[in-house]
Amino acid sequence: MSDINTDGNPVVRMVNITKHFPGVLANDQVNLTLHRGEILALLGENGAGKSTLMNMLVGLYRPDSGEIFVKEKHVEIHSPQDSMALGIGMIHQEFMLVGNMTVAENIILGMKDLPFVPPMAEIKAKITELSKRYGLQVYPDKVIQDLSVGEQQRVEILKLLYRGADILILDEPTAVLTPKESRDLNEILKKMLAEGKSAIFITHKMDEVMEFSHTVQVLRRGKSVSSCPTKTIKKVQDLANMMVGRDILFSLERGPYNPGEIMVETKDVTVYPIGGGKPVLDSVSLSIRGGEILGIAGVAGNGQQQLTEALTGLLKVDSGSIFLNGKDMTNKTPLQIIKNGVSHIPADRGRMGVVGDMSVGDNLSMKKYRTEELSSHSIIKRGWVRKFADHLIEVFTIKTPSQDTRVKFLSGGNIQKTILAREIDSCGGILIAVYPSRGLDVGATEAVRQNLIKQRDKGNAVLLVSEELEELMMVADRIAVMFEGRIMDTVDAKNASIENLGMLMAGVQGGQV
Amino acid sequence: MRLGLEKRDYRSKRMVVLVPIISLLISFILGALVLALVKANPIQTYSAMIRGAFGSQTRTQYTIAKAIPMLLCGLAVGVAFRLKFWNIGAEGQYVSGVIGITWVMQFWTFVPDALLLAVGMLVGILFGALWGGIPGVLKAQWGVDETLTTLMMNYIIIGYAEYLYITAWKAPRGNMGTILYPEAAWLPRIWGRVHAGIYFALILVVILWFVLYKTRWGFELNMIGKNQRAARCQGVSIRKNIILAMLLSGGIAGLAGVIDSAAITHQLTKGVNSGYGFTGIIVAWMSGLNPFASIIVALIMAALETGSDALQILRLPSAMGEVMQGLILIPLLAGSVFTDYKLVVHTKHKEATA
Repeated sequence: MSDINTDGNPVVRMVNITKHFPGVLANDQVNLTLHRGEILALLGENGAGKSTLMNMLVGLYRPDSGEIFVKEKHVEIHSPQDSMALGIGMIHQEFMLVGNMTVAENIILGMKDLPFVPPMAEIKAKITELSKRYGLQVYPDKVIQDLSVGEQQRVEILKLLYRGADILILDEPTAVLTPKESRDLNEILKKMLAEGKSAIFITHKMDEVMEFSHTVQVLRRGKSVSSCPTKTIKKVQDLANMMVGRDILFSLERGPYNPGEIMVETKDVTVYPIGGGKPVLDSVSLSIRGGEILGIAGVAGNGQQQLTEALTGLLKVDSGSIFLNGKDMTNKTPLQIIKNGVSHIPADRGRMGVVGDMSVGDNLSMKKYRTEELSSHSIIKRGWVRKFADHLIEVFTIKTPSQDTRVKFLSGGNIQKTILAREIDSCGGILIAVYPSRGLDVGATEAVRQNLIKQRDKGNAVLLVSEELEELMMVADRIAVMFEGRIMDTVDAKNASIENLGMLMAGVQGGQV
Repeated sequence: MRLGLEKRDYRSKRMVVLVPIISLLISFILGALVLALVKANPIQTYSAMIRGAFGSQTRTQYTIAKAIPMLLCGLAVGVAFRLKFWNIGAEGQYVSGVIGITWVMQFWTFVPDALLLAVGMLVGILFGALWGGIPGVLKAQWGVDETLTTLMMNYIIIGYAEYLYITAWKAPRGNMGTILYPEAAWLPRIWGRVHAGIYFALILVVILWFVLYKTRWGFELNMIGKNQRAARCQGVSIRKNIILAMLLSGGIAGLAGVIDSAAITHQLTKGVNSGYGFTGIIVAWMSGLNPFASIIVALIMAALETGSDALQILRLPSAMGEVMQGLILIPLLAGSVFTDYKLVVHTKHKEATA
């Protein structure tokens, strides 16, 4: 990225910030400085304390000790309102928008100094003016639920700009964006910097750090381990090492490719959307053998989710057939399919993968509670469940205060490890993983990938849906590309090239360039 | 000084117990304000209420007899609430149960006397289960909102019950009410007005606790209530369980009606829609859906009702008990925030906004 366009004045200084949570030291004497016109990348693994640090800057948490200076003034920030008044605004990973209200309504929602009947025409004009100035294309009259994720993010940014924020905190802003949307975001940020605004950017993707930021600060287990100009970073590998504190395996161990019997087979599977229209799955035929990982590539929303839901019984198919472990499982219930040996790591881990309000132990036993191992005559054997859960926590190195902790208090990586542990432990031959490393840090991603490969080496059939081509090329044996509900082509991962896959993902038949 | 809420990492066990108790106390304070408005002495009134509820053996028996159907209704809605299925139709399911047992008592003359009570209870439970099952099926198959269906179905069955005791099933004498059940089929009294229904209620408490906390099915209900989509991914059938839970919920509410009519009224008559079904909602909520805690809460609710009957001596309306019941729910709902959040006091007051 271009050089810093700054007058060298710090706009935010956090000094010796310490924050405890029960059993965890989330931030330990952390210092952070942000200058006017600067983008600072805050890099770290899940649970490293990045979000905690930022939540203290926007008043969601209060530091146990340490001081915060904004524009060289000592401040106490008690609430998001306080931080907003200081010009600090944060865009969280989960957007805070009301789906059935318009863009303009969402932008003014919660503002205190509005007249009883807000002057909507004026407000819309100001929104249009702001969106032009920063290149944020948004129509004030559109309803949020009709917008793409990228557009919703722009509404969140506009919301902050409208309220006069000049220090923006973005929590993993690109996790939900397509590559094009990410590039647009980069442009938007540049325009804002030119106007003298500053940004802090929470991420764990190292290429983004290199691309977006002027300065990079690395947190590890609550401590700040490094802070330096991005220019001085020579290799991405160095960043990764700082973040994890050890050398990362960028290549994964795997056994020889030794495919066995066909374990998953779909024939002309077709699904129409409710209400009719273009099929969301259009004559999908594929097969996976034991000891093989089939990757599914494609831009999100091209039928990958529906394919995995049809395979796991969550979605009824309109025609075609599905064979799993040699049995016809077309339109069987999720339970019948689970009992036929299918494990599923769903796309939305918080909403589909775990029950956040139940304990880690309960969540780990959610597949096996119905087996003889954990229950007899429909009564759950609590003692065995506890032993079983402790065992999985150890084997899969899930970081949790205890198995009684509610899952929602774990970090994203540890929630995913909980799901992984449960699904792999109960796996009867077929593992379906949908975006399993989405939003995870380097360490957790590595663990997820290594576990998928381990399943393959054991002779199981693995279906891996991913948006990251690098991941697919590294992990999968074959890659099928989906576009508008169809499988465009299936290629050998060894011979695949990013360009070729990219063409197929864009819907260009043949794909061979 | 500023107050703020901070999320707790663990659900506070202490608060789970403290919040209902403190809510109860706050509601008594609120009630005292209401009493002061009508120029009554709160202390005098409350002591009259306590005497009215527990002042003599007879009064205590009345209170316990009322607590039995309230406890059963609380258990009934508690089962549905576990799935976040908002069954506010226990009142109708209760009435449905009474209609069921009355039908058997009136017309199933082929049943020998010795079996009449057992058969009548069974049919009543089935009637309650049916009346609860219908909204369950509607929700499971077509996603029809259960708060509406369960509420509306109350009025349907209450109206039908009126038709039965005023017209169709009316006893030859009097202007309303069916003929009394054969005496051999009455549920025996064990201590004054306290009847054998108490055994059913207490045994059910133990059974439900076991089913909800120790069995696979209880685990599944818990999963569905806390995250339906995740439960479905784990192979738990949402439809089947909604219907099953509502059959059980309606059946227990039906049992409440069956027991009360077999032991107390011995007929279907005016007053069958006694409000026990609605009180059950408070019982379930205050007890935190815990069957054992429901016993105590039901007793408190019953005491509020019998105690307020005594208020007429002080020339106060007996509706005061209902006012109190309503007042309990408000601090309870407001207080439940403290189980997941803690209050933090920011003592240092500095200018936060520059």
